[in-house]
Amino acid sequence: MTNYLLETFKAKFPDDVLDTHAFRGDETVILKKEALLKAAAFLKDELGFDFLMDLTAADYLPREPRFELVCHFYSSKNNYRLRLKCPVAGTDARVASLTSLWTGANWFEREAYDMYGIKFEGHPDLRRILMYDGFEGHPLRKDYPLKKRQPRIPHRE
Amino acid sequence: MGLETVFGHSFLTTRLDEAVNWGRKYSFFQYPFVTACCGMEYMSVFASAYDIARFGAEYPRFSPRQADVLFVVGTVNEKLAPVLKRVYDQMCEPKWVVSFGVCATSGGFYDNYATVQGIDKIIPVDIYIPGCPPRPEAILDALIKLQEKVSRESVLDRKYK
Repeated sequence: MTNYLLETFKAKFPDDVLDTHAFRGDETVILKKEALLKAAAFLKDELGFDFLMDLTAADYLPREPRFELVCHFYSSKNNYRLRLKCPVAGTDARVASLTSLWTGANWFEREAYDMYGIKFEGHPDLRRILMYDGFEGHPLRKDYPLKKRQPRIPHRE
Repeated sequence: MGLETVFGHSFLTTRLDEAVNWGRKYSFFQYPFVTACCGMEYMSVFASAYDIARFGAEYPRFSPRQADVLFVVGTVNEKLAPVLKRVYDQMCEPKWVVSFGVCATSGGFYDNYATVQGIDKIIPVDIYIPGCPPRPEAILDALIKLQEKVSRESVLDRKYK
């Protein structure tokens, strides 16, 4: 069965799409991370995906590339959903920020940075969002020790 | 001492400890440090069904400087730990701490990067209440145990240096 969204995407970015699948309607595109920003701009400007529903990451240690950035988009005009995934290497994990397209990406990216240590290039204020200053490491990484305890922090005004 | 026989019913004699502790244990002002779902049980203890006022502890104070007992109700994480310490430090002597539920007591099932594994890593605790969350009866039981503990203390003691 041909899928309009995925076919359009593959035709537009033939060199950047690594894989696609659509199990029971969960259209997913796996994309080179270098193409993320232009693909996201295409989704927003051409296909009417006006809402970034979620942006997060996953750690697939010991696979390499280790991380995967996962973005969920929704088009309120057409009632389409699309999932975009980008493999990100473990050493010097960097990916383009989507804050220039969706302001709502700001806190999602801060959370992904906080939990996985993925740096978002072009983010206006990339700080931890859930954990505190002084927290060492990124707790949702698979190699973060389960029983690791952090040094206690002093009170801050 | 038998002085009552001389002076009639105009006064009583007692030990200072007994008089002061009697006052203390039946008029706990508590500071509810409520962070999680245990708070529901805590509220229930205050409501008419369980009515903690029957034990003289009816009055929550939301200023630590006016409180006698610190109720730590729920999970305390590392980010919150310095705040709990600050609240405890602001309370005047004499003061007591009740650890309410397993999260406050030991971290509970939150054996992870964010959660303090028991508030006794930060502040001294007098009474631990088990349960996830504890039954309201368990809170009343803890309060009675705290009253027993207070009645054994001396007014000359400073508990925490």
